[in-house]
Amino acid sequence: MGDYVMRTVRLAKVVVCVTALAGVIASSGCGAVLGTAGPAAGSRNRIQVWALQDPQNQPIIEDGIARYNRSSIISAELLTFVNDAYKQKLQVSMGSPNPPDVFFNWGGGNLAQFVEAGNVVDLTTRLRRDADANIFLPNVMAVGQVDGRQYGLPMNGIQPVVLFYNKKVFADAGVEPPKTYDDLLSLVDTFKQRKVTPIALPGTQGWTELMYLEYLLDRVGGPQKFADIAAGRPGAWRDPAVLQALTMCQELAERGAFGKNFASINYDNTGASRLFATGKAAMFLMGSWEYTSQASNNPEFVNSGNLGWVPFPQVEGGAGNPKNVVGNPSNYFSVTSASAHRDEAVDFVVEMTTSKEYITALIETGQVPAVKGVEKELAASRNAEFALFTYDMVKDPKVAFTQSWDQALSPSVGAELLTNLQKLFLSDITPEEFVSAMEKAK
Amino acid sequence: MTWGGRGSSALRPGFGWAAPATVFFVAFGILPIAIVAYLSLTRWNGQGSPQWSGLENWRALPDDPDALNGLKVTFLLTLLTWLIQTPLALLLGVWSAGRQRSRAIMSTVFFLPLLLSTTAIALTWLSLLDPNFGLAASLGGPLGNLLGSPDRALYAVAFVISWQFVPFHMLLYQAAARQIPVSMYEDAELSGATPARQFLAITLPQLRNTVIASSVIIIVGSLTYFESILLLTGGGPGTATRVLPLHMYVKGFVGFDMGFASALAVLLVAVGTVLSVLIVRSTGYHKMASDREGYL
Repeated sequence: MGDYVMRTVRLAKVVVCVTALAGVIASSGCGAVLGTAGPAAGSRNRIQVWALQDPQNQPIIEDGIARYNRSSIISAELLTFVNDAYKQKLQVSMGSPNPPDVFFNWGGGNLAQFVEAGNVVDLTTRLRRDADANIFLPNVMAVGQVDGRQYGLPMNGIQPVVLFYNKKVFADAGVEPPKTYDDLLSLVDTFKQRKVTPIALPGTQGWTELMYLEYLLDRVGGPQKFADIAAGRPGAWRDPAVLQALTMCQELAERGAFGKNFASINYDNTGASRLFATGKAAMFLMGSWEYTSQASNNPEFVNSGNLGWVPFPQVEGGAGNPKNVVGNPSNYFSVTSASAHRDEAVDFVVEMTTSKEYITALIETGQVPAVKGVEKELAASRNAEFALFTYDMVKDPKVAFTQSWDQALSPSVGAELLTNLQKLFLSDITPEEFVSAMEKAK
Repeated sequence: MTWGGRGSSALRPGFGWAAPATVFFVAFGILPIAIVAYLSLTRWNGQGSPQWSGLENWRALPDDPDALNGLKVTFLLTLLTWLIQTPLALLLGVWSAGRQRSRAIMSTVFFLPLLLSTTAIALTWLSLLDPNFGLAASLGGPLGNLLGSPDRALYAVAFVISWQFVPFHMLLYQAAARQIPVSMYEDAELSGATPARQFLAITLPQLRNTVIASSVIIIVGSLTYFESILLLTGGGPGTATRVLPLHMYVKGFVGFDMGFASALAVLLVAVGTVLSVLIVRSTGYHKMASDREGYL
């Protein structure tokens, strides 16, 4: 699961399918075909930085690069790509003799596969030497680690998943937002009677359904249950807590929590966001980027104060800390081992992401950086109320921040997970069959 | 048959004439297939070099419920689109080959979908069929939720694809129908044959080869339907419309399991080849015999 901007460009997938065949051809023996963006890394005289096309973060990175270039011998340059094309381009180029020097990534399993191939620079010693660089929230840093070593540094805001609710719809029904899972179930019944879809769910995209499973498993069994899955422990999928969380997901869908046509609703074309903003749906479980998205797509809804938010409800008797969060801790910058300017590239990444200017710029765009002690700056920012809410969710070091599973797992297992989730929500398969299918995935 | 007739092999053009076409065919047809066949025997996620894994991917193929489902959906979709397109295109084509006054205008209207890109068509229908904000929402009932229903989504997809390609096949039939000698109809009319009888006894048999050609295009083409489905349903709900090419895409370019995706690709090539050979053989199309007056 990526952030909002990454999800917006549905058309990119069409472009991707055209390049798909080319990719298959180029992949064997002539891998250079797709990697011909410039001269080989060894002969390049610049630090090439790859990131996503993103109107919010691109200018911040560009400013960071400009500041670095003013004082450095070697200069850095930014290349940007759309989300899905980027994943494929990165995958191919990391295996080629011509990778970027610095690359944007999602941490977790996505980063781990590059680390395991020996393609990423270990930043641990560099960070130990440099006390000024020790500014990030530890639970966010954890996702940039592989086997206890730091390979990525947080480069944008935290994006926890939040339960948004439409205050007007709730007031009309005379109800309060849910504190417990049972509250949520009774709200589902209430809104169904009132002919309002209880929760908007863009079911064409499995990652939106994944958020329920992530939260429910954390509430029922705690973060270790997924950590076991991510570590590939035998039997981890078959844990009773996993089966219970899967059953709860299916119960929600069968109870009508998401309406009848959720399997046709899309997030990228803002279909679900519109259902929610227009009051056709009462609640929406989504990443914190939904706030910015609503503010730009449905400004009246946000300005009138009807957009409310609460943490995901607690499950009675569950083993997990009800304050735990799931979502995207951050995106990360990492350095490739094949870079001809490794030391400079490491300096660049550390200096830029920890600089005051960079962090201030993130806050100015309404993001919440994964940095300790920025309450004061956040309180002075636009959207201060929401920014502080998400920051408070995450800043406590005792709170576990579980990364979106489809990012934490390897891409092939992630793809399998999303397919099976869609089947689970449609009751095409039982929780038991889901577990069996995931045990086979590799 | 202008390049030398039967039994006159001395007059056939030399192989040299076919060299440019052969080079292109080998470079862009045979070679990629060979590479994909090799990749299907490896394990590879795009990192490093492919690791030889023998028949592992092929053994996993029957165990992948989504691949089997993809095969089923692909066949269903092929059947549906053929059943919708053939009669419609045939009737429209024959009609537009006539001399009615409205013909030119109506033909132009029917022809329009062919001028639009697949993406534009898919996105337009996606908006129209949206169960919450589209035209479908105001229709209500079973039509109100086509794309969100696992039972109905495939029909919606077949309809949109057919809507896009009927004009092309209509054009084939129109051209072919114009080739039918008028004298045959004049004969029939003198013998008192009704228009319906004329259609069944003259037009249909005369269009036999066109029906076959159009069917081959529909059936083989349906094995590559991809972008319409990706945009309309993304293969959903669940995997209700995930055809084999889309499954291959998900495996290869979402899951980066290139080996398994290549096995699926080889399977697709095989199915496509077998299907077109079957059609061509079973219909006698390969003999390319002409039914035209004056040619024997």
